[in-house]
Amino acid sequence: MSDRKLELDDYPLAETRPGEVRGARGLSLDDITLDAVMAGDVSMEDLRITSKALKQQAEIAQAAGRRALAANFLRAAELTGVPQEVIMATYELLRPGRATDKQVMMDAAHRLKSEFGAERMARFVEEAAYVYDRRGLFKTRY
Amino acid sequence: MQHDNTPGSNRWRRFDDWDQRPLRLDNFAVEDPENGFSAMHGAKDPAPGFRRNGHHISSMDGVAEEQFDMIDLFIARYHLDPDMIDEAMAMESADVARMLIDINVPREKLVRLAHGMTPAKLAEVVAHLNSLEIAFAYSKMRARATPGNQAHVTNAKDDPLQLAADAATAVAFGFDEIETTMRVSRNSWSNALACCVGSAVGRKGTLFQCSSEEAEELQIGMAGFTSYAETVSVYGTEGSFIDGDDTPWSKAFLAAAYASRGIKMRCTSGAAAELLMGFHEAKSLLYLEARCLCMQRAMGAQGTQNGGIDGAPLAASMPGGVRELMAENLIAVWLDLECASGNDARSSESEIRVGAKILPFLIAGSDLICSGFGSILKYDNSFNPSSFNGEEMEDYLVLQRDFEADGGLTPRGEETLLAIRKRAVEAMSAVMEELDLGHPDEDMKASVAVASGSDDTRSYLPGQVSSISADISQREITVLDAIRALHQRGFEEEAENLLFLVKLRLSGDYLQTSAIVRDGKVISAINDPNRYDGPGSGYRMSEQRRAEIANIRGVLDQREVLRTEATYESAEAGRVTYRNMGKAKKGSDTREVVVGLSPAFGTRLFRTLAGHSLSQVLGEIRTGIEQAGAIARFVRFGHTADTSFLGLSAARLAGSGVGIGLQAKGTAVIHQRDRLPHNNLELFSNAPITSLQHYCSLGRNAALYASSQDVEPVVVPTRGEALGARFHGRVALIYAIETGLTRDGAEPEELAIELTGAAS
Repeated sequence: MSDRKLELDDYPLAETRPGEVRGARGLSLDDITLDAVMAGDVSMEDLRITSKALKQQAEIAQAAGRRALAANFLRAAELTGVPQEVIMATYELLRPGRATDKQVMMDAAHRLKSEFGAERMARFVEEAAYVYDRRGLFKTRY
Repeated sequence: MQHDNTPGSNRWRRFDDWDQRPLRLDNFAVEDPENGFSAMHGAKDPAPGFRRNGHHISSMDGVAEEQFDMIDLFIARYHLDPDMIDEAMAMESADVARMLIDINVPREKLVRLAHGMTPAKLAEVVAHLNSLEIAFAYSKMRARATPGNQAHVTNAKDDPLQLAADAATAVAFGFDEIETTMRVSRNSWSNALACCVGSAVGRKGTLFQCSSEEAEELQIGMAGFTSYAETVSVYGTEGSFIDGDDTPWSKAFLAAAYASRGIKMRCTSGAAAELLMGFHEAKSLLYLEARCLCMQRAMGAQGTQNGGIDGAPLAASMPGGVRELMAENLIAVWLDLECASGNDARSSESEIRVGAKILPFLIAGSDLICSGFGSILKYDNSFNPSSFNGEEMEDYLVLQRDFEADGGLTPRGEETLLAIRKRAVEAMSAVMEELDLGHPDEDMKASVAVASGSDDTRSYLPGQVSSISADISQREITVLDAIRALHQRGFEEEAENLLFLVKLRLSGDYLQTSAIVRDGKVISAINDPNRYDGPGSGYRMSEQRRAEIANIRGVLDQREVLRTEATYESAEAGRVTYRNMGKAKKGSDTREVVVGLSPAFGTRLFRTLAGHSLSQVLGEIRTGIEQAGAIARFVRFGHTADTSFLGLSAARLAGSGVGIGLQAKGTAVIHQRDRLPHNNLELFSNAPITSLQHYCSLGRNAALYASSQDVEPVVVPTRGEALGARFHGRVALIYAIETGLTRDGAEPEELAIELTGAAS
């Protein structure tokens, strides 16, 4: 695969480059058959999107002039490697009143960056911490 | 209605009639901008404006940065495009409004401008448009060309067998997405599994969501049962956002989380949510919704469900509220978001208001015309009744046919639907048995397959469903288990369809704006973009699609009408004989009334529209004439089939100068020889409600006219039935049979009619 940025013509990926579309453990679309499922060779992990696919979709969104959508796909690309419980815990922390001070959120941001390399998302959580502080959200709600 | 007729009433009784209309159940509210009751002109709506230092926005819509709330901060940071803001904000709003409806201004240019506009600016622009212009601009600005639709699939018992059957039914009608929710929230896993299995019957690629608590909804998606999420709600004021237990950052995190798992996601917002929640800040519905939409785009959501969702009835209580709902949908597509355009929660008890509200979207098209068409009966809708429900499905199908507008649905026949329902019930039962979740018996299954709604079923109850749901969750059953179970029990096609659906996650193609699956392929704003630049452009139905939409049930054709008539022919043959006595001449007896029959009368057609046999009608007319002391003569005409001309021709042959014209469908006229053709003595035009007694009176009156006596005209009473709608299709076909038999210059035939009395 070349390094050129994907364009609108590259869409949909499942049709233009089916061989390159793979799940989190490397199985391709062609590998994931009913027979393979019956043989127990397919797990939910194989049905997880990869950060590569999300980055490709970000390029396509960018080519369509959708900068904000592309940015979301890039944040999502970082989260592909983040385990479900960390995702759920981070989401919970971002809801109003869950964190009672700014530092808890800064710690969560640090963890996203250092453990999972999720730099964009870490900055995003830091920004939220700053905003919540300013808007007085660090208070108990229930 | 029947009125109390006591004298002295001081009320015009029409108001009593109006009080009884369903419309009067609706709430209507006065405009009160201070208290949040304003569609487009809130007391505290700001004027559009901004200041910036480089890329940094230091003021927006009259609020300085130091006073920005969370929503302002998020919009200023992530929505406003610094490359566009100077140009976009400097334009006159009225000029931009004109561009929105100008076929020569491309969509892409307008989208770029929207990305440089503040919420107040967007609201100000669309407020310049009237309802027709909003609908037109919506049609031009929406993102994907092909229109689609979304269904609610729920039931009052959370019964998994019924959910599977109803999901398959919705898929058969052509819904691109189906959405479920629960009566009892802990039944979410069971509902998700059931709709997931049902949606795989008959066709692959229908997307499915289970509306549930945010965290749980994501988990259900992770287990592979759902393929999209929609209830990522945002609000236009900080107070309501916090009460909704989220912030722009938490919701944006959720948006990224869904994408990271390959699950399609759109946000939800809609007019009047803030007003319902008590945090309206004296701002208008439109301005607050503009904030919501800018925020959704800023989060990087591909789309929105908006247009007044739960708040639609409240929006519709205000002057201009329905126009506002259309305007907020327009802002959504102008911002380049996929739009599931409301037409969801039923906003009126008036069927006229509901029908009027859907029309602009039906003819404009929309990514998902309804963000929840209740495919089930109203009482089974766990979201609350929709604008359109299972009850009104055929009304919607006919609207598509009337306006030749693709509303995303396709009529299906009885046998097809019953077969699909049975298959879905069997598939779900197989999955439940294989996974040891339950063992539905034959009676349960049979009751569900034919059930219109859950009142008709003898199947699972909510309490039993709770333990099934807990089992699915605790045993961590996934979509792969369901696929294996289907395959194990021979539901090969359904297993393949489900596998296809989960494999969509890998490429992420359906994460792009406005993506749905048609014919096994993802189409979206990328590969099916809406490009409208005038007549002939944009989405147009193919001939094949047009034929699908036209194919509703119960349509008439001439062959069917003739076949029906033929079944009456033999019975009629035993009751009457018509003997041709040669050319009819003008009579001289002044007591004589001539009855002129149409060409197909008793030869091809044998019943009136009211269902009377023609022999009975002839008997009644003859009796009426003779009882009044006159003589009846019968003539068949071949030169005309028109009632007036039949009547006038008959009158001119009658010694009395009075004649009756009578068509086979039962329409009749009393005529006199010196009158103009369409200026008759009495006309009986409402054949479907004309009784045998009326025909007897018709004969009597004709006889009385013949002897120049005073006559009280016969009035056939109507109760306002839409007789044209009920009969004109058949009338036109029958009448064509009559006119097909006419010949120029045909001589009138004298008939000797013998009524054998067998049935009259």
